[in-house]
Amino acid sequence: MTLSDASIAKLAAQLAGKQVSSRELAQTYLERINALNPAINAFITVDAEKTLTEAAAADARIAAGQAGPLTGVPVAHKDIFCTDGWPTTCGSKMLHNFVAPYDAHVIQRFKAAGMPSLGKTNMDEFAMGSSNETSYYGAVKNPWNLDYVPGGSSGGAAACIAARMAPAATGTDTGGSIRQPAALCGITGLKPTYGLVSRYGMIAFASSLDQAGPMAPSAEDCALLLNVMTGFDPNDSTSLEREKEDYTRDLDTPLAGLRIGLPREFFAAGLNNEVATAVEAAVAELKKLGATTVQISLANSQLAIPVYYVLAPAEASSNLSRFDGVRYGYRAPEYTDLNDMYAKTRAQGFGAEVKRRIMIGAYVLSHGYYDAYYLQAQKIRRLIADDFSAAFQTCDLILGPTAPGTAFKLGEKSDDPVEMYLNDLYTIPANLAGLPGMSLPCGFDSKGLPIGLQLVGDYFSEAKMLNVAHQYQRVTDWHSRQPEGLK
Amino acid sequence: MNRGHDNWEVVIGLEVHTQLATRSKIFSGSSTAFGAAPNTQASAVDIALPGVLPVLNRGAVECAIKFGLAIGAALNRVNVFDRKNYFYPDLPKGYQISQLAKPIVEGGALTIVIPSTGSGQSEERIIHLTRAHMEEDAGKSLHEDFHGMTGIDLNRAGTPLLEIVSEPEMRSSAEAVAYARALHTLVTWIGICDGNMQEGSFRVDANVSVRPFGQKEFGTRREIKNLNSFRFLQQAIDYEVRWQIETLEDGGRIQQATVLFDPDTGETRMMRSKEEAHDYRYFPDPDLLPVRLDEDWIEAVRATLPELPVAMQARFQSDYGVSAYDASVLTGSRALADYFEATAKACGQGKLAANWVMGELSAALNKAELGIAASPVSAAQLGKLIARIQDGTLSGKLAKQVFEGLWEGAGEVDAIIEARGLKQMSDSGELEKIIDEVLAANQKSVDEFRAGKEKAFNALVGQVMKASRGKANPAQVNELLKSKLAS
Repeated sequence: MTLSDASIAKLAAQLAGKQVSSRELAQTYLERINALNPAINAFITVDAEKTLTEAAAADARIAAGQAGPLTGVPVAHKDIFCTDGWPTTCGSKMLHNFVAPYDAHVIQRFKAAGMPSLGKTNMDEFAMGSSNETSYYGAVKNPWNLDYVPGGSSGGAAACIAARMAPAATGTDTGGSIRQPAALCGITGLKPTYGLVSRYGMIAFASSLDQAGPMAPSAEDCALLLNVMTGFDPNDSTSLEREKEDYTRDLDTPLAGLRIGLPREFFAAGLNNEVATAVEAAVAELKKLGATTVQISLANSQLAIPVYYVLAPAEASSNLSRFDGVRYGYRAPEYTDLNDMYAKTRAQGFGAEVKRRIMIGAYVLSHGYYDAYYLQAQKIRRLIADDFSAAFQTCDLILGPTAPGTAFKLGEKSDDPVEMYLNDLYTIPANLAGLPGMSLPCGFDSKGLPIGLQLVGDYFSEAKMLNVAHQYQRVTDWHSRQPEGLK
Repeated sequence: MNRGHDNWEVVIGLEVHTQLATRSKIFSGSSTAFGAAPNTQASAVDIALPGVLPVLNRGAVECAIKFGLAIGAALNRVNVFDRKNYFYPDLPKGYQISQLAKPIVEGGALTIVIPSTGSGQSEERIIHLTRAHMEEDAGKSLHEDFHGMTGIDLNRAGTPLLEIVSEPEMRSSAEAVAYARALHTLVTWIGICDGNMQEGSFRVDANVSVRPFGQKEFGTRREIKNLNSFRFLQQAIDYEVRWQIETLEDGGRIQQATVLFDPDTGETRMMRSKEEAHDYRYFPDPDLLPVRLDEDWIEAVRATLPELPVAMQARFQSDYGVSAYDASVLTGSRALADYFEATAKACGQGKLAANWVMGELSAALNKAELGIAASPVSAAQLGKLIARIQDGTLSGKLAKQVFEGLWEGAGEVDAIIEARGLKQMSDSGELEKIIDEVLAANQKSVDEFRAGKEKAFNALVGQVMKASRGKANPAQVNELLKSKLAS
């Protein structure tokens, strides 16, 4: 069978119609992973035996007539989700030997749905990065051009889908970590409203911003995956208790009357021309489908990056304190006393970007600086959220570029953290406000690298966003294009 | 007592960590039972595996509400949990979840009774509280169990604590002990703490400073950590006060510091100076939502509060005519108060009941190292015994013999009186016969009495009592003897 046009809906139909077994499907994807992963490095852990065992169990469910809608469809998981019996490294040397003894809530949901795991995908260390170059397990390469980065931190997830090594993947997004790699790899990815997907078992980077979401070629795929991932979890105090939704319900709704807000700040200086042109063309396409546009302003979003780089490191500096060499994970082989053990373990176990953020975080929380940095940043965070609320008075969805440019070359920005941080300029505001956001492909630049457009909706407007993305994908084929050399 | 250090006034404030008597931990479902094998009551949350999240135990909040209501404090309606960041092997997350800016309980007061010294009256004082906040306990480091290594037991990690902070209003070790005792009584009384000091359920830190009488500013304080008995509290403060005064009188200066008390030497020694104090980088825990206390919840908790010691003391004084000091002793614990009240009701003699409970019964319990709950003599039996004194069946002396019988489990009061022939002699004919015999045999004493020696009368009473083997009613003996000698 061919994997190139294998949407989740199609795979599910074939499995239900017994045209293919989950085992055959898993085997086919594993073979492709074997063939392509050495060049792309999208996976940290692949365990064919485990995958095939899970696939066989899915086949048994299908045979017994106990299958759910997606039973048997395999999926790849970002290596940030604790997975019982699987190494869970979070892209760090610190957890190089850590085998999780329990399943994250998201993993439990996929298991309950009967969806076998194809492996654990590569990521920036502790999800800190926008290029996947901070991984202890090596950089991931962009399938569209192996000299380029896939984006990050869910770079492995985006790359494995772009290369069709998996039909779907989980990602997490703290400041753009689903949307930016989705844009750079030419796939679709969605960060849900904060609290919609449980964070239990997802290794924390910045707790008030982290949110898991689906990544796949199309919006329809993402809607089906979101149906699996969302739901109240009593083990996560920030999980929202609300009625279960079917995120596919509005996919086919026509766009007539849709009001799209275009924030002037997202089309200003710093935006790559080719990206601007592609996004504007997409707007024109949506207008043809019946949408109207309205200019809006998100003035305080200009401050999103400084605010984010106070709050996220502050939370991270505390969240990462548990990696101390005492109970699990890496411990320095030689040390003189307790403090030396801590210092050496953390100096050797963490990479440069993680250490940088821990230091920033410790600094902004320290005595005498807390008010000036942390508290001030929290206030601006509120202003940024207020801007969005005001905007949604005049529009249904906000549209703009996902990232200021397309993929950049490996190593190009790794020496300049601030340049790297600017890549998340358009994605961070949604995290700060807790709003849902998604990225979908809308073209290619002159180098043949994908361009992504971003939709940001009001709280719980995932179905609406997926509807718009799906309608756009019905009349365009950017999302189904694949890298030539890898077909 | 520390008063009498001539020119120096002692200033003491206490911080008490009370373990809340919830069945499960404050942020996980693990048991809080004491004494289990190391790490058998430590869940994924307690050992801080990557990805785990805290979920608040509402039972712990209710304990804190109860305490706030019991001391007449203000309850903060919005409660925020903060992270207190520091590294230590028995602190698995690298931070403790606590409350900094908004403690659940603010203000309130506790009435303490300071026992009289020598002939003086006992003294009542009101000690104000600063605050009380909820937090989680750390685990334990076991330094002695492994050669050259430290073991970590995380069973205690996550046990709910209420840290209760007093104003610096105590002026002697005796006052500090009286306050600690009153607090201990209260928290066990309202059922929020088991009060077991050996197991660490009630741990006291004492902030101690001295200043010349008349000086407004406080002296520099040193904090004595982790005192787990009232005796150590007294000894530690007494030593610390002497040390501080000597240091100052020798021209030295007190450095702010944390010190430990060594019960073997009776001395305090420095643990760390202020310069080494941590910057805990407190910030609101993003994993936990603010806890809102609404009036319904508070009132529901109020309805579960028993009559409080202070109210009961007032009632004991008015209903049973006992002194203020006796009332405070009798309300030393709820079990003791309930026992006293049952006894008093059974015999209708409050003062007598108080004397017996505080005298004979307490002495016997102390000697046998038993708590009131384990008393072999029930309140009903003791009440019956007192009733038999009141109705003249028993003299005080005989009653003590009956009490011994009750203690040994020899049966009911009347049965013991009957079986041991302890009934007071009520037949005046029989008594007259004894008196006649005594008068006949002690002509010398009779002559002396008639010659005006009052002492001789007492000797005759003694002889009569002896001849009756204690069963004569002393008042009756007096009366009959007087009339016979007068004739």
